Amino acid sequence: MLHTLSIGELGKSLKSGQISSVELTRHFLSRIERLNPALNALTTLTAEQALAQAAAADARIAAGVQGPLLGIPLIHKDIFCTDGVRTSCGSRMLDNFIAPYDATVVARLKAAGAVMLGKANMDEFAMGSSNETSFYGPVRNPWDTAKVPGGSSGGSAAATAARLAPFATGTDTGGSIRQPAALTGVTGLKPTYGRVSRYGMIAFASSLDQAGVFARSAADAALVLQAMAGFDPKDSTSVDTPVPDYPAALDGALDGLKIGLLREFFEGLEARNSALIHDALKIYRSLGATTVEVSLPHLPLSVPTYYVVAPAECSSNLSRFDGVRFGHRCENPADLMDLYKRSRGEGFGAEVKRRIMTGTYVLSAGYFDAYYLKAQKVRRLITDDFRAAFARVDLLIGPTTPTPAFAIGAKIDDPVTMYLNDIYTIGANLAGLPGVSLPCGFVEGLPMGLQLIGPHFSEAKLLNAAHRFQESTDWHRRAPRGYD
Amino acid sequence: MSLTRQDVEKIAHLARLAITEQEMPVYVTSLSSIVNFVDELSRVQTDNVEPMAHPLDGQHQRLRADVVSESDHHEKYQANAPAVQAGLYVVPRVIE
Repeated sequence: MLHTLSIGELGKSLKSGQISSVELTRHFLSRIERLNPALNALTTLTAEQALAQAAAADARIAAGVQGPLLGIPLIHKDIFCTDGVRTSCGSRMLDNFIAPYDATVVARLKAAGAVMLGKANMDEFAMGSSNETSFYGPVRNPWDTAKVPGGSSGGSAAATAARLAPFATGTDTGGSIRQPAALTGVTGLKPTYGRVSRYGMIAFASSLDQAGVFARSAADAALVLQAMAGFDPKDSTSVDTPVPDYPAALDGALDGLKIGLLREFFEGLEARNSALIHDALKIYRSLGATTVEVSLPHLPLSVPTYYVVAPAECSSNLSRFDGVRFGHRCENPADLMDLYKRSRGEGFGAEVKRRIMTGTYVLSAGYFDAYYLKAQKVRRLITDDFRAAFARVDLLIGPTTPTPAFAIGAKIDDPVTMYLNDIYTIGANLAGLPGVSLPCGFVEGLPMGLQLIGPHFSEAKLLNAAHRFQESTDWHRRAPRGYD
Repeated sequence: MSLTRQDVEKIAHLARLAITEQEMPVYVTSLSSIVNFVDELSRVQTDNVEPMAHPLDGQHQRLRADVVSESDHHEKYQANAPAVQAGLYVVPRVIE
């Protein structure tokens, strides 16, 4: 069936004329119509534009144009500006915002011929680990609709797992691609900071945010990253370093690959989770890799460090939402102060307000040194720990999440409990490192992910290691019942 | 470290956020718990450690030549504005 084929297989069928992009797009649109109501994975559906884009792709294919993503449908996390299409960021603040331009990520995938089916639901302004903070309601995990899909890219993850599209874009600031990928049984890649352009990607924490991809395999993710990655002069933090051929690197042998087990990740890890990672290590050893324990002593400080740095940066970034130029404006403002306060008070949800206020506090006079500056110093200690580890090993391995998907409503009332879901993913964001989560088994019938973290710009090696694992296992081929 | 209601009111004012009477106690509790949580950092030895603002070393702000490279999209970009007049954004009176 069309929704079980890989991007490579779909590309072959399109090229040979076996199927058309219009047919393929109709197939996914009809799946969305039938299956999305139970998941709430999309905020905006762009059916007409999708069919027009598909028809254009078919014309290009007929004219002999080639490209691995030409005619392939996708869903964009609703954090990427899409010209002429609502871009809500999961928030009431932008419920009425029609983006006047395309984000670079959107433009590059459009140029590659990918067909946008719609925008994915997400935690409001990318703040959350469960997709429960969205103005548009929670997203449900296709493996168990009473459970969360993870967040903040919950819609992108759920849509990919439910086979509503072959791939989806996401963003990862503290784990928001890797954690939902783990909870929904798909492959999620966060590239190195600066690898993919942030132009047109609504900013949460500018030194942490990175765009990435959800797909059902590392091989598919490699094709998408190839189209997304690369220097963009419009993003002042974009790195001008050559993009390797990710698909070509997938099949490399793993002989001599040194994998480091993060001791701090395994401390206190639940036995069933730990067993899955150890099973995965057996497979890696059989493929020629060696494993060694490494210690990153400052890593347990990642979560408090992040919850100073990220809110600080968000308080600055979200100050642009003032009811003046775009976004929600309150009715009958009495004066300018009232305009600001009520537009923002009404437009933002509780978690966003919490983080803005946390950030305002840690940046305020008298507290800046004790909190923000201090956190930036601890950030350097954590980054130095990673650097020391990568002097000894090629990649680091560990679980992606402490538990499988939890129930909707279970953690939303206690922010700190929710924050601890990111305990394994946050370190990579603080150090700007690339990471990938891949399915590695099940606990209580729910998917679990293993995480590989690499040095800066090692995406090719990460995808290679992920791909070789997926050739030896079939966790990534499992589909939730009713979505297969 | 616990935050008081006055602390939260001051922070909300700095952040230009209207917090309702019902919401206030919830924010006092949750913000206190978050600040308590991040206070762990105060126990970390960081003498002689350089603060890190950016995840990649050796990056600097790129500059470009001071020449016009964009064209006027005023109308398109102002289409999302809540209130516009003669190409200007309309807000409540600022100057008495």
